Amino acid sequence: MAQAIQPEIADTTNVSWEQRKRKLLPYGYLSPTLVLLAVLTVVPIVTVFLYSLVDNVIVNPNQPIFVGLDNYEEVLTNRKFRGALSNTLYFSLVSVVAHFIIGLSFALLLNSRLLSANVKAVFRVIYILPWVFTASIIAILWRLLLNPHGVVNFVLLELGIIPELNEWLSDRKLALNAVTFINIWAGYPFYLVSFLAGLQGIPDDLYEAGRVDGGNAWQLFRHITLPQLRPIIISLALLDFIWTIHQFTLIWMTTGGGPLRSTEVLSTYTYKAAFSSHEYSIASTIAMVILAICTFVAIFYVRSQRMTDE
Amino acid sequence: MIGSRRQILARKALIWVALILGACFAGLPVLWMVSSSFKSNLEIFAYPPHLIDESFSFAAYEAVLGDPARLRFFVNSYLVAILVTICTVVTSILAGYSFSRYDFRFKKILNLIIIGVQSVPPITLMIPYFGLIVWLGLYNSYAALVLTYMVFTLSYAIIMMTGYFNTLPRDLDEAVMIDGGGSFVTLWRILVPISLPGIVAVGVYTFMLAWNEFLFALTLTRTNDMRTVPIGIHLLMGQHSFEWNQMLALSVLGSLPVLMLFLLFQRYFIAGMSAGSIKG
Repeated sequence: MAQAIQPEIADTTNVSWEQRKRKLLPYGYLSPTLVLLAVLTVVPIVTVFLYSLVDNVIVNPNQPIFVGLDNYEEVLTNRKFRGALSNTLYFSLVSVVAHFIIGLSFALLLNSRLLSANVKAVFRVIYILPWVFTASIIAILWRLLLNPHGVVNFVLLELGIIPELNEWLSDRKLALNAVTFINIWAGYPFYLVSFLAGLQGIPDDLYEAGRVDGGNAWQLFRHITLPQLRPIIISLALLDFIWTIHQFTLIWMTTGGGPLRSTEVLSTYTYKAAFSSHEYSIASTIAMVILAICTFVAIFYVRSQRMTDE
Repeated sequence: MIGSRRQILARKALIWVALILGACFAGLPVLWMVSSSFKSNLEIFAYPPHLIDESFSFAAYEAVLGDPARLRFFVNSYLVAILVTICTVVTSILAGYSFSRYDFRFKKILNLIIIGVQSVPPITLMIPYFGLIVWLGLYNSYAALVLTYMVFTLSYAIIMMTGYFNTLPRDLDEAVMIDGGGSFVTLWRILVPISLPGIVAVGVYTFMLAWNEFLFALTLTRTNDMRTVPIGIHLLMGQHSFEWNQMLALSVLGSLPVLMLFLLFQRYFIAGMSAGSIKG
């Protein structure tokens, strides 16, 4: 009897251990990710938040002083901050809209049935080209082209589009639009690639049915293509908006926020506050405001992602 | 219904005009950069400009490639990008497997956090990273760059990997499990080999992000022997006299690895992207 019971007990403990193991296993697989994210996102965000509530951090030998929300009041009422905020929003909104229009137009062109596969393949590579370059290289490239003695001025002047040589990146009135244009050039391929994938996923039957109903090209686009791409459009636009708010390198290396802060965005403003003025509390406060804006947009992004997942 | 032949011809012509205009918009700036990198520094802003002029030479490339300090930027960039890619791919395979094949208590919330990490601005993390990395004794080291880059490569990689694993039927791994294989064996022997296209997509994307990173490389390294290519370009720009042709040559050379990867793997890459987070 005793001998017969023994293995059974062993079995049940084994099972419960197996069960526990199976329960813990997914966390085991996730552990490298979780450790990394805890150390390198959760801890830093908490740190920035704490920095934003005190004065005298990092550089000052005195003890930090808790000042509550004073830093936020100082930042939010500051004219420089408001200027940077409005530049950031202008830069981001215009970029996102233009990325969408150019990305979709190019994707529709490349999806045309009137072109052969080889032609499409060649032009696809050319159209995606700007994506290959990193922001600092794109900055150099456009500083070369937009130089007062550069080729853009030469062509526009010869064509009679501009009356005189423009200082695209160092003229207060032009600089913000110039960097926005550069960012548009740099960023549309991400949309193009996603839309190409999305267009291929739209079943032909839908268009057949639409044509049978007598729809013209515009109506087919309006009532079939756009609604079918809707989930991609929403998540792309939100993600791009967040990324454009983050943009630092391109502006840092073309104008550095100048001339006279006319291209100052939140990220360059934060960088200067931290590493030029060594006002870490103020920098942390601005960083928290950027985080808040991005989180607000991210809520919609996460929602749209879950909609498409389910 | 068929439409007249002339109509189709007209539409075709219109499409070609648009196609070429688009190619000019995308390609001409790049062409100009490449051609300028072969000019002498004096001819770069010559009036009137020529695509190719008499000063054509490889001098700028020789200057860049003959300078050990600049070659070091490339070594650093390759090392960091390859390390980030390996670490990200392995970590995201493990995490993607967990999300795709298991149900567990905090799955939804963890998934949400990982998607959400994509929206954390690098500039927000930069200030505490500086202190954290110094405290960990990693300031001015490869480890500092590899670890911090993974924060923004990982979340996208996990989303892509999970999406890819989700497209594979569960019967596959269950068959191995019944034969007595553990879950790790299943992952390694069955799922990883057939997920190669997805893994390549994740790898290429990660390499591109790591190769291109600027902000953390700028703030977390100090000495020139630790700088990466984008920072090297930045340093050249900070000099008093602009060596335009050398900056452009460095830029062209710095773009080649990503361009090659992209051309080689674009099929995987585009497929991987559509299987990943952005799915219609």
